Amino acid sequence: MFTDKNLPNVSRRALLTGGLATGFLLAFHLPLRAAANEPEQKDTTDGRFAPNAFIRIDETGRTVLMMPQVEMGQGVYTSIAMILAEELDADWAKVEVQHAPPNDKLYANPVFGLQATGGSTSIRAWWKPLRAAGASARAMLVQAAAAQWQVDPASCTASKGEVVHAASSRKIGYGELALAAQGQTPPKDVAVKDPKDFVIIGQPLKRLDTPDKVNGKVVYGIDAILPNMKIAVIANCPVFGGKVGKVDDTGAMKVAGVRKIVVLEDTVAVIGDHTWAAQKGLEALKIEWNEGPNAKISTKDIWQDLRAASEKDGAIAKSVGDIAKGLASGDRFEASFELPFLAHASMEPINATVHVRPDACEIWTGTQIMTRVQAEAAKAAGVPVDKVIVNQHLLGGGFGRKLEPDMVVAAVKIAKQVDYPVKVIWTREEDIQHDVYRPVYRDQVTATLVDGKVSAWKYKIAGSAVIARWLPPAFQKGIDIDAVDAAADMPYDFPNFQVEYVRAEPPAVPTGFWRGVGPNNNVFAFECAMDELARKAGKDPVEFRRAHLTKNPRALAVLNLVAEKSGWGERLPPRVGRGVCVQPSFASYLATVVEAEIDDIGEIVLRRITSVIDTGIAVNPDTVKAQIEGGLIFGLTAALYGEITIDKGRVQQSNFHDYRMMRINETPKIEVIVVKSGEAPGGIGEAGVNAGPPALRNAIYAATGVALRRLPIDRKLLAAGRKA
Amino acid sequence: MATVLTINGETKSFDAPPEMPLLWVLRDILGMTGTKFGCGIAQCGACTVHVDGKAVRSCVLPVSAVANRAVTTIEHVGGTPSGAKVQKAWLDAEVIQCGYCQSGQIMSAAALLVSTPNPDDADIDAAMAGNICRCGTYVRIREAIKQAANGRQS
Repeated sequence: MFTDKNLPNVSRRALLTGGLATGFLLAFHLPLRAAANEPEQKDTTDGRFAPNAFIRIDETGRTVLMMPQVEMGQGVYTSIAMILAEELDADWAKVEVQHAPPNDKLYANPVFGLQATGGSTSIRAWWKPLRAAGASARAMLVQAAAAQWQVDPASCTASKGEVVHAASSRKIGYGELALAAQGQTPPKDVAVKDPKDFVIIGQPLKRLDTPDKVNGKVVYGIDAILPNMKIAVIANCPVFGGKVGKVDDTGAMKVAGVRKIVVLEDTVAVIGDHTWAAQKGLEALKIEWNEGPNAKISTKDIWQDLRAASEKDGAIAKSVGDIAKGLASGDRFEASFELPFLAHASMEPINATVHVRPDACEIWTGTQIMTRVQAEAAKAAGVPVDKVIVNQHLLGGGFGRKLEPDMVVAAVKIAKQVDYPVKVIWTREEDIQHDVYRPVYRDQVTATLVDGKVSAWKYKIAGSAVIARWLPPAFQKGIDIDAVDAAADMPYDFPNFQVEYVRAEPPAVPTGFWRGVGPNNNVFAFECAMDELARKAGKDPVEFRRAHLTKNPRALAVLNLVAEKSGWGERLPPRVGRGVCVQPSFASYLATVVEAEIDDIGEIVLRRITSVIDTGIAVNPDTVKAQIEGGLIFGLTAALYGEITIDKGRVQQSNFHDYRMMRINETPKIEVIVVKSGEAPGGIGEAGVNAGPPALRNAIYAATGVALRRLPIDRKLLAAGRKA
Repeated sequence: MATVLTINGETKSFDAPPEMPLLWVLRDILGMTGTKFGCGIAQCGACTVHVDGKAVRSCVLPVSAVANRAVTTIEHVGGTPSGAKVQKAWLDAEVIQCGYCQSGQIMSAAALLVSTPNPDDADIDAAMAGNICRCGTYVRIREAIKQAANGRQS
């Protein structure tokens, strides 16, 4: 889905107007919509240079860079600012960032055609357009200085927020040039820098968003405070798709500080002076739910249905060689890999603050999808889209949950009932039980070995088509390009290869993107299968992979380096194993070795993790490291603990005691090596997530001989003395 | 009846039910939003504050239990020697990603350094295991605590 082949070459027109045509959707091969009526973004404020939608320089030299992508911890405010500042030759010390307003015409993520942050796309999608935007602005500043000095612009250079004319030893700051530069015509063709001349990109610069995060100053959406604001706590119908029946609010209205009860179709909200009053009020409410037809749903039945569906033939997503012939001979291997529903559980619980006024609707929240939030809020509030103001906050984690607008829509419906602003907070229990879940997936691999190498690999993925709901035009020919992404883009060279997809939607359970997205089922399945095939072939797992990577030098290089750095092949004590995972990931290449010990009762101790990442040019190498470190923990948390189960139509988990997270005492030493590369930057947010589970599973396989085929890991299967 | 508390060295007087958790007093009544709501059941540590110098979970602590005690929050922990060292180390080691849990992490770490000035990995793991970080910054938290303890520069 988010592979790199189709990222945009931005048009000059889009660059001049500061944005990108809506409907780019380039990753999906969709036709471009007409890019008509783009507003000019030249800012006429006196003394301010605003050459495009991304750059503002005032007469003091203060440089404000507009952020089209949201900051949810991944460091993108800093990395995107670095790209712009590099080509602008800005003074980094004077750079500030501001979130861009919702505007798909100016700020749509070129991959999606809408202002969304996800799928490890931010840097890849914006690399070219923002370099051009920065270089164009720099050229205008140079032109302005050259005109003032009456010299050839080509005889001037720029550095750290100044234009320099070396021949006459003159220089002038960008602030002083702001007004004059605003009158310059942007150059027709602008050259970006040779990467060898980078002074900002490639440096491990300190993040711009972190100083306010150590002292409580940062204001997340949940921290919004407005005059006369009240707080609402909600109960969603515990059964998927159920409705509110009767509500008796006699007791609730007696709770001190409770102001109002709002009953929506499937949700009840208690509005109070503070969260505590609202919570107490909610506890005192008597709600009868109409549970509806989904009250019988269980994960047991969902799995039965999924297994049955996955036996059907799927839509063919990729085909190489002759799969039938390939599977007809050789040493045959068949296995199915199953992954559970997962909740996102970002540390900042779901929230949205809304003030519905007679002619407008104002929202304070941290979302990954600003323009969709704006559009959906407009519908719910009954006001035009341009009357919806979205105040974007930093996100206390997103992980895909905040690619959905549902929490904002519900908050608008609640706020519509009152004339003051309302902050709607979901308790952790609501957050876990009313998520949009990572789907259950079943990946089937059928392969044959000839002479110790894979001759044929048939790969069938069955599961929910998140794309069909979230970006319908991209769902074509029955194939969810996200669910099969890493399957179709496996690193290995197989002569006969086929990928199929079977759409199987779980009844009533909403499914969505979860950090790592589609590849988190594929990478787990194919890397587990590769380990089992290696054993069948009598080969070392690293050696076996090398033999299939002869046409993939970047994947081979990270694998070789991780083997060296992790001590691959060195002796280990009994019941300790190393497991490897290698993957191309969102145009990056990641190889990981997990070393783990499995004790006699099957408990797992992580001992050491080594990862080597080739992400092309690493805009901020420290951020790249941090994303891999954190991604590994995120993925390993799922492997060790993550599972949402459903019974009687209800999610059975509710909070961190039964939906567990890895903690510091379970965290091993992690070494991440960032390979130097001159390739275009790849994505980095998802890669580590997908590496952890198969590498750990393969370590367990090495240590115990038990070939796990499902997540989360079932310790009962790992106790000493059990037959492998 | 007004409740009186000493928060960050200042006397605060306000009306709140005695059983109301300190977390909601801080956030919703006093407007001090640096202390975070994460789980409401003392499982995640996002709400950690100091009461008489000890790290406690404010989401389950009735406000009546802290009358006449000294409460310190993230907004003021930089005014304590250990808090200032921890904040600096957190930035030097670039610990933070989304940052939502980090108020609680910093409060737990600052309390640890007061009780155990030179913690080893086991001390750190024991003191910090109550604080969940969904972004997975644990490796850097460990490193930053050691830096703060040693006063090392990055």
